[in-house]
Amino acid sequence: MKPAPYAYHDPTSVSETLDLLEQYGDEAQVLAGGQSLMPMLNFRLARPAHLVDINAVDGLDYIRTDGDTLRIGAMTRQRKLERFDAPAGAWGLLAEAMGHVGHPSIRVRGTVGGSMAHADPAAELPAVVAALGGEVTIQCVDGTRPVGTDDFFEGFFTTALQPGELLTEVRIPEWPADSGYCMFEVSRRRGDFAQVAVAAVVALDADGRVHRAGVGLAGAAGAPVTASGLTDQLVGEVPANATVVELAAEYAAGLTPPDDLHGPAEYRRHLVRHLVPRAMARAVDRAGSASTA
Amino acid sequence: MTIDRTGTAERTISVTVNGTRYERVVSVRRSLVDFIREDLQLTGSHVGCEHGVCGACTVLLDGEPIRGCLLLAVQAHDTQVLTIEGLDGADGGLHPIQRAFWEQHGLQCGFCTPGLVLTAYDYLQDQHAPTDADIREAISGNVCRCTGYQGIVRAIHVADEIWER
Repeated sequence: MKPAPYAYHDPTSVSETLDLLEQYGDEAQVLAGGQSLMPMLNFRLARPAHLVDINAVDGLDYIRTDGDTLRIGAMTRQRKLERFDAPAGAWGLLAEAMGHVGHPSIRVRGTVGGSMAHADPAAELPAVVAALGGEVTIQCVDGTRPVGTDDFFEGFFTTALQPGELLTEVRIPEWPADSGYCMFEVSRRRGDFAQVAVAAVVALDADGRVHRAGVGLAGAAGAPVTASGLTDQLVGEVPANATVVELAAEYAAGLTPPDDLHGPAEYRRHLVRHLVPRAMARAVDRAGSASTA
Repeated sequence: MTIDRTGTAERTISVTVNGTRYERVVSVRRSLVDFIREDLQLTGSHVGCEHGVCGACTVLLDGEPIRGCLLLAVQAHDTQVLTIEGLDGADGGLHPIQRAFWEQHGLQCGFCTPGLVLTAYDYLQDQHAPTDADIREAISGNVCRCTGYQGIVRAIHVADEIWER
C-alpha cells in the first residue's frame, strides 16, 4: 500500500524542527532513517498529518568522545556505528551489535536515534544501550533533558518522548579499559529482529570479582529491558557460570515475554535462561582483571 | 516548469539516474522505487513487500545499497541513483555479474534478480574470493522464491572470478 496523505516538511536545523514539532504536536511524526517508519506508513499503521523529515538537519550526525562519555548524534547512520573503531572498554559492544541489525542496506539509512525512539522491544540497539547504562538527550522548544534507558523505555513501542520533543543524542558512559562484552542473538532468519538477544558487559576487579555488570535484553518483554535485578546480585561475586545460570533461571521465571508468531513466551524464557549465562561467560572471558591490565 | 522546492504535498526534484539527470514534480508520498518505475519508466527495479524485507527494490543511492521502497522520492533530490538498467558490460553487453547469473542459473522468474545483482555489485566492490558463507551472509537481505539460492551463490562466486575490478 501507499502512505496516507500528509503534509511534508524538511527542516534544516534542530530549532526549526523543534518549532515544527511544537506547532503540530501529536499530529507530527519525525522521519529519520525511515527503515521502521516507512513500513508503518506504507501499511497505514501510522497516519501522521505532518511528516517532519530530519535528514537535512545539520549537526546530528557524529560519534565523539567527550571526557568519559561517548556521544552519538541521533542521525548517525547505523552503518557508521557498525564501523566505529572503539577504544578499549565496552563501547565496542555497540559496533558488534550493529552487525545484527537488519541488513547492510537497512543500516545505510537506519539511524541510531531512530532505533531508540522507535523502541521495538525486539531491537538490538536499545538492549545494548541499556546494558551499557546509556541515556538519551531529548530536546524541545523549552529545553533539554537527559533520560536514562530505564525511564526512557516505557512499554510496547512507547518511550518517554512527548509530542513536540526530539531525541537528539545517545550518551554511553565509560567502562573500565579491560571490560569484556558480548552479544548473542537468536532469530529465525539472519537479519530479523531478535526472538531474544542478550547484550552483556562486565568489568572485574583484581580478585576476579564483578566490579560492574550490565545485561540488556531484546525480545524478553514488551520493551527493551535492563536485567538489573540480575546484575545487582553479581556485583562483588565471582561470576562463576553456575552462579549466573541460577540467577538467569530465577530472572527468566519472572519475565512476561511476548507470545506471538515469532515465538511463544516460554520459548523466549528458555532463550533468556540459556543466552544470559553464555553471553556473560564470553564477556567474562574477554574481560581482564585490573591486575593483569 | 514551476520549480517548487518547499511544497508540503508536491515537490520538484532533480535526480541523476544511471548518469542522466531528471527533473520532475512528485507527490511527497511517492517512494523512490515507484518514482523510478512509473515516472522514469525504468521498470527493472521491482516492488515486492513495500516494507524493506525482500530486497527486490534494491538500488544504489550515492553508491550505497538501499531499499527503494523505504525512501521517498523527495528524499532523493540531488542524489545519484544506480538501477539495474545502469549496469552493463565493457562492450555494452551484459555486466559480468549478469552474465554469471545467466550462465549459473541464478534466476528463474527474475523478480528478485535486479535487487540481487545490485547487492552483489555493491558487495563485490570491496570483497574478493568470498566463501559460500560470506556470500550467503551478503545476500541474506534478498528473498528469492524460485531458485533455492544455490545458483545465486554459484553465480556470485563466478562473478567474483570473472569481474575485473
